[in-house]
Amino acid sequence: MADTAPAPAPVSPRAARPGPRLSAAVRENIAGWLFVAPVVVILGLFLLLPILMAMWVSLTDWNGQGSPFRSGVPFVGLDNYTRLFTEDGLARQDFMTSVRNNFYYVAIVVPAQTVLALGLAVIVNNRMLKGKTFFRAAFFFPSVTSSVAISVVFLFIFANSGAVTSLLKLFGIDGPQWFSDSRGVLHLLLGGLGLVDPADPPAALTSGGPFGLSWWEWLSGPSVAMCTIIMLVVWTTSGTFMLMFLAALQDIPVTLEEAGMLDGAGRWQQFRHITLPLLKPTLFLVLTLGLIATWQVFDQVYVMSQGNPAKTTLTPAFLSYQTAFRSFEYGSGTAISFVLFAIIVVLALLQRWIMRDRDPARRTRRS
Amino acid sequence: MKNRTVRTAVLGAACAALLSSAACGSGFDDDKAAAPAQQSGGPAHLQILIGSSGDAETTAVKDAAAAWAKKSGSTATVTPAQDLAQQLGQAFAGDNPPDVFYVDASRFADYASVGALEPYADKLSGASDFYPSLRTTFTYDGTFYCAPKDFSTLALVINDDLWAKAGLGEGDVPTTWDQLTAVSEKLKAEGVTPLAIADTRDRVGAFLVQAGGWITSPDGKQATADSPENLKALQYVQSLLKDKLAQFPSQLDAGWGGEAFGKGKAAMTVEGNWIKGALKADFPDVKYSVHELPAGPKGKGTLSFTNCWGISAKSKYKQQAIDFVEAMTTVDQQMTFARAFGVMPSRQSAKDVYTKEFPADGPFVNGADYAQGPVNAPKMDSVLADFDTGIQKLASSDPKALLERVQKNTQAALG
Repeated sequence: MADTAPAPAPVSPRAARPGPRLSAAVRENIAGWLFVAPVVVILGLFLLLPILMAMWVSLTDWNGQGSPFRSGVPFVGLDNYTRLFTEDGLARQDFMTSVRNNFYYVAIVVPAQTVLALGLAVIVNNRMLKGKTFFRAAFFFPSVTSSVAISVVFLFIFANSGAVTSLLKLFGIDGPQWFSDSRGVLHLLLGGLGLVDPADPPAALTSGGPFGLSWWEWLSGPSVAMCTIIMLVVWTTSGTFMLMFLAALQDIPVTLEEAGMLDGAGRWQQFRHITLPLLKPTLFLVLTLGLIATWQVFDQVYVMSQGNPAKTTLTPAFLSYQTAFRSFEYGSGTAISFVLFAIIVVLALLQRWIMRDRDPARRTRRS
Repeated sequence: MKNRTVRTAVLGAACAALLSSAACGSGFDDDKAAAPAQQSGGPAHLQILIGSSGDAETTAVKDAAAAWAKKSGSTATVTPAQDLAQQLGQAFAGDNPPDVFYVDASRFADYASVGALEPYADKLSGASDFYPSLRTTFTYDGTFYCAPKDFSTLALVINDDLWAKAGLGEGDVPTTWDQLTAVSEKLKAEGVTPLAIADTRDRVGAFLVQAGGWITSPDGKQATADSPENLKALQYVQSLLKDKLAQFPSQLDAGWGGEAFGKGKAAMTVEGNWIKGALKADFPDVKYSVHELPAGPKGKGTLSFTNCWGISAKSKYKQQAIDFVEAMTTVDQQMTFARAFGVMPSRQSAKDVYTKEFPADGPFVNGADYAQGPVNAPKMDSVLADFDTGIQKLASSDPKALLERVQKNTQAALG
């Protein structure tokens, strides 16, 4: 049976080629790296390399004369970093003030913009809503406008004779002088409740505190001026995040909601137990992006307040710029930006840990 | 395993790229650049960076530079900076600074202390003709570095209509602190904010000078912020603020004193001679008069603000640059600048010509005799910014604590 005779072993095309033999996996790898090479080179040259150079500058006392990579530039080790944390002086005080300001800013902006964005997304996702396209465009509009332009508009709105103050006056409220008011709202709140007298805070709070700021200063809350920036940012960014939530909401199959309805779930229960769990990845994305962006707030501060009044809108990003380019202390300036980077990384990891998937554990408990 | 080799190779390549560009970075700054080959004669190509106050100044400087270039056979390119401090910082870092540039008096010590400036000023003809207070401003470690371009001083500007409305006449113009308080109370009784004063050491500092104090010693080596004189001055300013006899411009919805004044929100303000141009442009109907600042316990005092013509220590054309500055600081040229954009000549020999042509500016010019320049010491920028922060809160804080804080920070900065 000639038919059943074994066919000659197929000759691999690879075997026919001369030269060293590479396994398929390696060749695929090389091809892959070749494909991404342009991006790797560009990222390395314009992102990684400048970062490493900046890291070097942060270890020196470079005064901005000539290149920071010559022999004469004094190397100071971690001095620029320790000055921000352990040395009692203006550098630490400014840095800690900026961290405090930014902390309150993040603590208010991130939850507020997330809740607002989710709320708006749920509203414009409503099948019953008329003029959906209009509302979507309207809510998204602030996000596509230049932040500088919006900041300038807010400067007018919150001017002492501006729209907001006039509106408050209609209701008989004597509004604050927004951009020149450096009082912390937490101080005002405590004073309003009669717990503490802001003009004469208790000695227990003013006498000491970590990192060169007294407890009283740490507990100031955002200043009134900072609150205007907070309002601005919540208003502008919620549109972008609304878009993300909206995309996720539209991915949720209608059948799930219908199934929930059949099981007798009310609107809130549906939202709480069906919609929200399915939105979790988006929620994580929005929170992370929000966290990163808010810790890096710069342009609003640059345009609206330059850190004033009384340093209450100073943020690490702006302080870094100011230290490097205004005071020529490039080492300190870059050190601040690396500390800021570390803060963001740590907080993002923390948030990831908090929002980690706990479902498997729950399932075992139930079974 | 293979995968890792490839990764290592890529990392290695990245490192090589990094090293080579770091090497490039250090290639252009060796000792050659520290002492550039001088081309002391013949035509030069001067790069001039100016921090212009507006089109009028840019045009005037460009015209003057063109005239000089034509006469000397060189070229001179004048560039108005968007943000002079930042652009100069970048140029110095890149080792490619302009040959001639404006140096603000408050930043002068920063530049001089790092060796960015060529100390040429004594080589100019008539170097002693510049006002002594301006010479001091641009002297670092005993060396007079650069020629003052022009200067401004602070004076008391009074809105004539509001003044008359409160029943005040020419004889009521305050010449002492007590009189200032007295007229302010009268104005306040009429429902007018008496004085708009900016919340910075650049205005409030004038009171320190009038009380006989200042933030640093005249040679800029010692901190003298925590002194009884300064305390007296801040207490006085605080009393004005507390009684609402003086308000900050931001409280009056204005960006600066001149705006609050022009809008008629305050009857008086403390500003420099730049207010003339601003009022003419934005509030042409406001009638005002200018007077010297009221004297304090230790006599008259005001602050001066000035720029100098800095020449880069790394310029290739130092000789030609000095020649250029010489041409820019003649009496005739300074008068041309004065007519074009309202600055005051920095040469004493131009004083008579100037006061004849601009008689209303007498109080500003007279201020030169007793004016205090900005703090003349390096690394003081953040300290002074912190002082400003304290001044913003002055109405509700303890002046003594503020001065102690400034003293401590100044000592740390001066080392």
